[in-house]
Amino acid sequence: MNAPLPAFSLVDLAGGARRFPTGRPALICFLKEDCHTCNLAAPILEAFHQTWGEAADVWVLGQSADGNAILRDRHGLTLPFLDDSACKTAFAWDFEIVPALFRTDALGRMLARTEGFVRQEWEDLARDFAADLGAGAAPVDWPALPPWQPGCGSKHLDPDINDRLQAEAQDSPIRARRIEIASADDIAEFMFDQGFSDGLPLVPPTAERVLRMLRGTHRSPQAVVAIVPPNLAPATVEKVAINAVMAGCRPEYLPVVIAALEAVCTDAFNMHGVGATTMGASPVLIVNGPIRSRIGMNMKLAALGPDNRANATIGRALRLTVRNLGGARPGGVDRSTLSTPMKFTMCFAEWEERSPWEPLHVERGFKAEDSVVTAFAMTSGPVQIVDQESREPDQVAGSLGLGLEGLFLPKIRRAAIDALLVVCPEHLTSLTSAGPYSKTRLRERIQAVTARPMREMVANAISGAGIPLAVAARMTEAQLNASVGKFASHDHIHIVVAGSEAGKFSAAFHGWATGAMGSASVSRKIEC
Amino acid sequence: MTTILDPTDERVPVERQTTPRTGTISGVIGLLDIRKPRGNVLLDEMASLLAARFPEAEVRRYEKPTFTKPCPGDLRLKISAECDFLVEALAD
Repeated sequence: MNAPLPAFSLVDLAGGARRFPTGRPALICFLKEDCHTCNLAAPILEAFHQTWGEAADVWVLGQSADGNAILRDRHGLTLPFLDDSACKTAFAWDFEIVPALFRTDALGRMLARTEGFVRQEWEDLARDFAADLGAGAAPVDWPALPPWQPGCGSKHLDPDINDRLQAEAQDSPIRARRIEIASADDIAEFMFDQGFSDGLPLVPPTAERVLRMLRGTHRSPQAVVAIVPPNLAPATVEKVAINAVMAGCRPEYLPVVIAALEAVCTDAFNMHGVGATTMGASPVLIVNGPIRSRIGMNMKLAALGPDNRANATIGRALRLTVRNLGGARPGGVDRSTLSTPMKFTMCFAEWEERSPWEPLHVERGFKAEDSVVTAFAMTSGPVQIVDQESREPDQVAGSLGLGLEGLFLPKIRRAAIDALLVVCPEHLTSLTSAGPYSKTRLRERIQAVTARPMREMVANAISGAGIPLAVAARMTEAQLNASVGKFASHDHIHIVVAGSEAGKFSAAFHGWATGAMGSASVSRKIEC
Repeated sequence: MTTILDPTDERVPVERQTTPRTGTISGVIGLLDIRKPRGNVLLDEMASLLAARFPEAEVRRYEKPTFTKPCPGDLRLKISAECDFLVEALAD
């Protein structure tokens, strides 16, 4: 035997509560006032009510309160009209088209249903209902009615309404605490007051929006993505989705945000230190692989700047998740002296198709067809490297090297610090004008043009930074005269391609303490 | 009325009480160097001052592997097991 249809208690036009199951056989029909076919069905339902109303309940559940009164008055109806304008009963009864007519027994179990108007189905249903009651037929002139007439989509399937209903349903995936904001309060101001913001306005994370965001991933909403420093808070997919909504993400960006969070919440990346340091460091995210185009990321004109929604909001969503869940806030664990605007957001894609080199993710061991996000802990940048004159490949490579000298301080050499070099297309064209120019050759050139004797690193009257005098005093002449490049090894020079076809302006990001004593860059495959 | 979802960590942290102040210092005083530059200079000076003022107390030195990361759990346990007091040199 069927289980009873979901119970309800709804108000009729006189303000009285009506409960289902009714304790009697019933015909329940969902109608919408502005639906042509519902207007065809309404007088038929009235005939049912007039005929069987003594022994059974014939009710209309209307999808707008005003529409109920209009429908009743238009057709001069007397049967009960119940207000289902919240659409909760329609959602629970799970149909698609109005009119939707249900025949139930006294316990509320469904015996038959029909959607739209198929005359034969309505006629059969009415005949069976009369037979069950042992009553005569209702006076309906069936042959005068059209054999078939399509109905309208039920209001509860409107996307906005359906998302709200799903969020409120008992099996909703939403578990986060709900915060009610009084209608007198300004929502944007309320969220600032609660400390949810990075200083910019937020999109209110309503349950409907979060549900839509969760559709961007196949992962379970309650799966824990990462433990977020510094407070070591478990980040569920749902919590990440809430912050992604606030940041302005579209659902298809969510897998990138999740992978980025996984990347930064590793011991190797050391998000605690990156978020806390007085130097002011921030994750810089680079996206590779097919997802770049699928979600419309920018890797060309203004790749490192504003106006692209994916670039802007993915980085921001990571930031909001780390600050709201992990608690990394300025004045708390974040002790940045000046901090960096990259903490608002810094995410872009590599223009792999324009590059002669293996893309970043392939260099790091992934397949070209994988979508991957790589996080670098960076403290400065993008610093422009301007050279509009050089045409020879080694000249361009030389300028790119000189442009990296400013990392930390120009006098600092042999730095065990990462740099991320973003080569623009015009520089790339010059670089490869005489044939292939490998990344290894470019790294060698950078080291060669930045090489200086060690003695230039010794503390002096101009700058006390570098090799302390006491240490220098113990060094041999040969050691002091040894020529050293800017970086401790080639591994610290990371190279990607991005930017517009016009302009000889590459750029560099400068790292933080790199490696086990600080932060190592981490890549994560993006799983949709 | 609008309802939004909480974007923060909803866990309620355990409240920890400050250890009662006895007005005296005895036992083991730990000095933790987090490896910030010149933190050792400050702690060397503190060690000699403490030794002069509290000759009964024992001063022990500890070091984090790096200031850029949280204190490793085993070092934290070691310090809490061995020390009655701890002074941490935080910044440059």
